[in-house]
Amino acid sequence: MDPRRATRAVIDPKVRQVGFFTAEPDPITITSSPIRNPLSPVMIPPPRQPSESVVRTIVSPHRRDSAVPVGSYNASSYSEFLQATSNTTTSPPISEDLPLVSPGRPINDNSSRAGKIAAAASFPGVIGFDMSGPKAATVLAGGLTTVSVVVNLPPGMSEKGGGGASIEVQNDRPVSLKPLKEKTSKAERRALQEAQRAAKGAAKAGGGKTPTAISGVVTSANVKPTKATKSPSQRNDNASVVASEKKGGDRPLEKDRKKDVPQPRMQYDDMSRVEKAKRRSVVKHTEVRNRVELFRHLPQYEHGTQLPDLESKFFQLDPMHPAVYKVGLQYLSGHISGGNARCIAMLHAFHEAINDYSTPLERTLARDLTAKISSYVSFLTECRPLSISMGNAIRFLKNRIAKLPLTLSESEAKATLQSDIDRFINEKIILADKAIVLHAVTKIRDGDVLLTYGSSSAVEMILLHAHELGKQFRVIVVDSRPKLEGQPLLRRLVQKGLSCTYTNINAVSYIMHEVTRVFLGASSVLSNGTVYSRVGTACVAMVAHAFGAPVLVCCEAYKFHERVQLDSICFNELGDSDAISKVRGREDINYLDDWANSENLQLLNLVYDATPSDYISMIVTDYGMVG
Amino acid sequence: MDFQVVVLAGGNSKKLVPLVSKEVPKALLPVANRPVLSYVLEQLEASNLKDVIVVVEGQESALLVGPWISSAYVDRLHVEVAAVPEDVGTAGALRAIAPHLTAKDILVVSGDLVSDVPIGAVAAAHRRNDAVLTAMLCSSPVSGPSDSGSSSGKDKTKKSGHYNIIGLDPSKQFLLYIAAGADVEKDTRIQKSILRSVGQMEIRSDLMDAHMYAFKRSVLQQVLDRKDMFLSLKQDVLPYLVRSQLKSEILLNGATQAEESGNEKANSQKNHVLLSEILANASLPSFHELALGPYGSGHVRRTHKCCVYIASGSKYCARLNSIQAFMDINRDVIGEANRLSGYSLSAHNNIIHPSAELGSKTTVGPHCMLGEGSQMGDKCSVKRSVIGRHCRIGSNVKVVNSVVMNHVTIGDGCSVQGSVICSNGQLQERAILRDCQVGAGFVVTAGSEYKGESLARKEK
Repeated sequence: MDPRRATRAVIDPKVRQVGFFTAEPDPITITSSPIRNPLSPVMIPPPRQPSESVVRTIVSPHRRDSAVPVGSYNASSYSEFLQATSNTTTSPPISEDLPLVSPGRPINDNSSRAGKIAAAASFPGVIGFDMSGPKAATVLAGGLTTVSVVVNLPPGMSEKGGGGASIEVQNDRPVSLKPLKEKTSKAERRALQEAQRAAKGAAKAGGGKTPTAISGVVTSANVKPTKATKSPSQRNDNASVVASEKKGGDRPLEKDRKKDVPQPRMQYDDMSRVEKAKRRSVVKHTEVRNRVELFRHLPQYEHGTQLPDLESKFFQLDPMHPAVYKVGLQYLSGHISGGNARCIAMLHAFHEAINDYSTPLERTLARDLTAKISSYVSFLTECRPLSISMGNAIRFLKNRIAKLPLTLSESEAKATLQSDIDRFINEKIILADKAIVLHAVTKIRDGDVLLTYGSSSAVEMILLHAHELGKQFRVIVVDSRPKLEGQPLLRRLVQKGLSCTYTNINAVSYIMHEVTRVFLGASSVLSNGTVYSRVGTACVAMVAHAFGAPVLVCCEAYKFHERVQLDSICFNELGDSDAISKVRGREDINYLDDWANSENLQLLNLVYDATPSDYISMIVTDYGMVG
Repeated sequence: MDFQVVVLAGGNSKKLVPLVSKEVPKALLPVANRPVLSYVLEQLEASNLKDVIVVVEGQESALLVGPWISSAYVDRLHVEVAAVPEDVGTAGALRAIAPHLTAKDILVVSGDLVSDVPIGAVAAAHRRNDAVLTAMLCSSPVSGPSDSGSSSGKDKTKKSGHYNIIGLDPSKQFLLYIAAGADVEKDTRIQKSILRSVGQMEIRSDLMDAHMYAFKRSVLQQVLDRKDMFLSLKQDVLPYLVRSQLKSEILLNGATQAEESGNEKANSQKNHVLLSEILANASLPSFHELALGPYGSGHVRRTHKCCVYIASGSKYCARLNSIQAFMDINRDVIGEANRLSGYSLSAHNNIIHPSAELGSKTTVGPHCMLGEGSQMGDKCSVKRSVIGRHCRIGSNVKVVNSVVMNHVTIGDGCSVQGSVICSNGQLQERAILRDCQVGAGFVVTAGSEYKGESLARKEK
């Protein structure tokens, strides 16, 4: 053991580029299209704006000094930005890119917050808006349903707080773009652009810190506080944008770098952020009291309270598509588990949602649908943290939406997206599995004893296919509590006539000596070769390694992720702690029944673990086998 | 969420005579001075279900219910009232409005349900399990007033008719058996196939079918079309679906799927099968899949799921389907379940409309309700009772455990216990009523004494 550990210490920190990594089928990661809302699969992208952030920002006094030109600059250059071709990577639009993300968000949860907003409408800012911006009022009345008027008020208020005419533009921005374009004349726009350029120069000269009244920097700075309270994920975005704004020239580079680095995840030991996230969330979570110290940064909730609460809100969540809702419920209740199945279920739900989708008036499909998908995703994340495969699938879908040609009609665009989704399911999952089966079957010889752990769809297909080919082999299914996923797998294998052995993971070292191959599934393969999989996999792989049995990990290429992870601590999922303390059907051994609230007992139910690449002989993907 | 709501408001239930009459159909019977139907409609409104079809038995009743709904819920709900002939049963009523049902799932609610169980939860459970039928069950209410009052013998007879025998699987999610307690005499039959595949069945008699069902529309319509003998949802459709859940005769989505994939290439069809297999293998197997046994491959036998949603004990749930239930619900809604009534209690735990006039030394106890414009004389005592609008009550009157509807006149020195006095009823001086029902407009002569009787005007 010792000598290997020494070698490991050398190996581990090095980032290994596993061969096929350049051929990663996800070109999306590098693109820098302006609309993309980068979404790391592990982050909770919280859609809700805490109501008090609105109130708080209203009263902040220094907002007033940002006078008329600021707002109108914002909007006009924004409309210019629209005119520009889709993939602008030049410097100015990025600051406009920011507010763009927001309009979809508040709308998603308007119904539940309508009351609060209505209450907020009594603020002086609104009165000022009514009196000073008659033009804006007419525009609003023309293009909107009543709900969105109510909802769109706060951003304007919060940014200006009774600051006169500029409000009108701020309000228009999320609402309607085209009328705006007509309204501001070319000359006006040019003048504003000049002003902005001058201001930026001044800002750069002044170290980018002094808030000059008419500068674009102030705009972005103004936007920042309201946004920053909105969500940790966006805070990061904002920070990057603001920072890059100050640096000016090297912005695209900065941006790229930001995109490469995985987004920081929500740290659940940060109390203030947790509170904020909680206020936003649709699913009501009660946190488990006694959490294991090392895993405080991960979300752990008391299971059993969320489902009834979410169920009772079934009809209240208007913006949620029924199909998405159903999938969310199934995640939450554990009806669907397993990376492939969850991903497929989610994509099917999105398929249905896109089918029923229609672009609201005066919005573009690409932007609105992206926001919609984001809101669905955040809902699903609240139900259960996304798996990496799902994150990749979402990225794919969002990229497809962003890349839609603007000339496409709505029905065409929808059809394209739906066929894209179908294609993704077909190519990345179904065909990938078939390819994996074909590759892996070559590794099974007559007389082999194959060991598998848990229940992996890919491994199951391999075993069944090898059996169909008439190969003579024996299967050992290793299982573990509390999920006992191996049992359904065992059932299916035995039904098909395979000869099987079933054992629990505590016996793995006894049974390993007769094993000739170990086939494992994976939730994800990370860029340093670490396999992220069902908890227990690492243990099985290590035992197999010690016994000299080759370990083959079967993983579809769409589950690969560019992240590097060295342990199972910094990113993981915590399951229901009750599941490990209770044994179903054995009332007589439930010693831990009412211990859950005891101060000095902490229950840990990890869902995943990371297996270092040292213990893995080969990874089987749809593109081939990598040793 | 692609749900359509059908409220079965009923007509003139025979069980509720003399409370219901031509003028007051069952749906409009007052519970805490509000028609019982309003409880369901408000529950729906609170659940954000604004499109409702109300089915009323009998043209005349519909003509009474319709205007009331349109006056009370204008701008709040989008309600369509459909009148169906009497005696077609609940299944017949649904059959009659079948052309109007278009959503993926149908929520059928009985109009006499008074509960605060979240409707969304039933719908969500239905969707989550992808069930054909989801029934809401709640714990059976304790019948009869808890303290003194009606005779206990009556309670027992009432109760025997209302309890259900319900078989559940160990996870308490699936409905394996359902029968009305009255139908089960000494023995009952439970299907072996279901029992074998589930392994363990829990049979309970403490649950009440709340008559709130979520159906998959396609299935409901198929059943209604094929089995034209079915009259009642509860007695025919429900047991049929539960009985046949392992050898389903109805076509689920499977039919449409087959058609779709038939058009496609064989290759993609294979992918489709693979896909559904992945999904099926990943989800928790319910006993339906396990029932296929060692030979089944999942595509040979058809199954469908019948689910239940069991309301938690803290929720109130009752059905107004008997006179006793009428009294109980009235008592509960102003008492322990007052959150349902929408009124706020005064400091004395009662609800007295500001315009009501009380004489001197008159006491209105807790859990009482006094409607608008009612007048009471001196030295009266009201305990655990509901008194409607514009009643005139003389002096020295005792009203205990009773429901007095609108425009009732009670003379001096009367004593009313455990009784219901319908609208425009009249009690002359010193009448003594105990456990009686006084029909609309009936006049109880002075000094008379009744016990356990149903008093009503003779029709014509």
